Amino acid sequence: MDAMTSTTATADPVEFYGTRVTSRLLLGTAQYPSPAILAEAIRASAAEIVTVSLRRESGVARSGQSFWQLIRDLGVKVLPNTAGCKTVKEAVTTAEMARELFDTPWIKLEVIGEDDTLQPDVFGLVEAAKILTRDGFQVFPYTTEDLIVADKLLSAGCEVLMPWGAPIGSGRGLNNPYGLRSMRAHFPRVPLVVDAGVGVPSHAAAAMELGYDAVLLNTAVAKAGDPVKMARAFALAIEAGREGFRADPMETRDMAAPSTPVMGQAHFG
Amino acid sequence: MGDPIILDHDKAATAGAANTMRVTIIGAGVAGLTCAHAFAQRGAQVTVIERKNGSGQGCSWYAGGMLAPWCERESAEPLVAELGFESLDYWRREVPNVPAEGSLVLAQARDLPDLKRFSRRTEGFDWIDGARLGELEPDLDGRFGQGLFFPTEAHLEPRKALAALTGRLVNEYGVTFRYQSDVASEVYDAADASAALDDEADVVLDCRGLAARDVLPDLRGVKGEMLVLYSTEISLKRPVRMLHPRIPVYIVPRGDGHFMIGATSVENDERGRVTGRALLELLSAAYALHPAFGEAEVVEIGADVRPAFPDNLPRIRRHGRTIRVNGFYRHGFLLAPALARRAAELAFDGTHFPEVMDEDRREW
Repeated sequence: MDAMTSTTATADPVEFYGTRVTSRLLLGTAQYPSPAILAEAIRASAAEIVTVSLRRESGVARSGQSFWQLIRDLGVKVLPNTAGCKTVKEAVTTAEMARELFDTPWIKLEVIGEDDTLQPDVFGLVEAAKILTRDGFQVFPYTTEDLIVADKLLSAGCEVLMPWGAPIGSGRGLNNPYGLRSMRAHFPRVPLVVDAGVGVPSHAAAAMELGYDAVLLNTAVAKAGDPVKMARAFALAIEAGREGFRADPMETRDMAAPSTPVMGQAHFG
Repeated sequence: MGDPIILDHDKAATAGAANTMRVTIIGAGVAGLTCAHAFAQRGAQVTVIERKNGSGQGCSWYAGGMLAPWCERESAEPLVAELGFESLDYWRREVPNVPAEGSLVLAQARDLPDLKRFSRRTEGFDWIDGARLGELEPDLDGRFGQGLFFPTEAHLEPRKALAALTGRLVNEYGVTFRYQSDVASEVYDAADASAALDDEADVVLDCRGLAARDVLPDLRGVKGEMLVLYSTEISLKRPVRMLHPRIPVYIVPRGDGHFMIGATSVENDERGRVTGRALLELLSAAYALHPAFGEAEVVEIGADVRPAFPDNLPRIRRHGRTIRVNGFYRHGFLLAPALARRAAELAFDGTHFPEVMDEDRREW
């Protein structure tokens, strides 16, 4: 990293539940060709927070230990998730297991309502968030851009909101930029993370230009032909988008506005 | 560079053959058996020690047996395909009933982006339309609009192949098998296992798979679940992969109405336990391929744990007179013969194979 970017980065940290991080990219750890490539992608992305799915790899008797140890050895902060959970009870149980395994109160809360869209069940989500925050968890809820749901999640004790860009793994980008912009405007001081649906770096840059605090993604990197290169591309895009947002972009206009003065030009008759 | 293993001629002489390398192989899975073959072909006197009461009853028992280097190229490193071509030739040459009918990759209409991606990531295939699919597999006629056909790939029945190989090792090469026999734990624990087996062997080959984790700490387990279905309503000539965003499933015809459906890939090391979710996903994929699988009889469900290194690539490691061959991950049959040949050349000729041997040469 050169001096200029590192200065910018240190001047602009983001905070989740009191933990400050410099990187605004949160990276998922599933579906990589190998743990070695996963480790290299995380390094290339400079991500400081990675999500880990417990449900898939748990089995019985903690038999997923060696994979989790690989993750812990990377020296990044782990945000365990409840991926694939469909009921409040499943999600709460998984969260409790995660807290014990990774020794962290953080939990990315997913309560999935339907298999084809993997759309959050927002009713179950709010209920699970209430239970978990009461129990001392710091919840990162995977939600939609619905403002009322967002409000109820905040009332439940969530201090971060993670609306989807598009369905998980779809790579479609920001399906509802209006909804996301409106959410940003409604909750100007809540850390907002676009989670899911991001396919290419420009999608992540667009989320950051809307003023989002960070982007969480997995498939777009894991399933790229070269995951390491793609991880770096996303890191650059997110930094570009963030800097663009902070630089206060110009307004759009309907008509052209010449960038050089037209008055006083020589008149060739 | 490494040195060939120098025979202890005094001991060899008492064994009655001055220049015969005596090799003890621990493990009679696909790694141990192909190594036994490679060493026996070079003239070694080979003994195979196995905890279970037969060959190929660990991880190899649950293998799909697809010899599909091009298909694997989609998600594996190029090395896996390179080694795979060598192994494909080996199996076709050395054991009976290895049909080279190619393999098919199909996807439901909603997963067509995955099929396009698959095609971008590999070679050695033809795009086929529904009519061509119907010619290749009449029972799939009209069920899919397009697919990928890899004409040069093959498949085998792992249990029959390893039984055939074991038979050849005994009958043609005089290999001794000691089943239900365990090697003392101090042998496993020793950095150089041959020291503990000094009276018996010039070379010890450790082919124990995940059980070798005690001496290979970077080895991890990746669980795979599979099932076998029986149906007389459908027949297939070749393996079919059904793409799916979460879990790519393959259906391998085993003959006599049997089909192997596999396999999940889960980052944990529990043996034996098959989850409802795994069954659901495997069966859904088979059912999506053809509804006849919905009526099929479930003959077997099984699970075991594949040994893998962090980059999911195989390794040969030599510690003194012990050679460890491990880390085949999802590619046991596709990698074993190529690794076995290398292990034998390492022992006999001192050849170094950087593609599968770590740079670490402490013991050399």
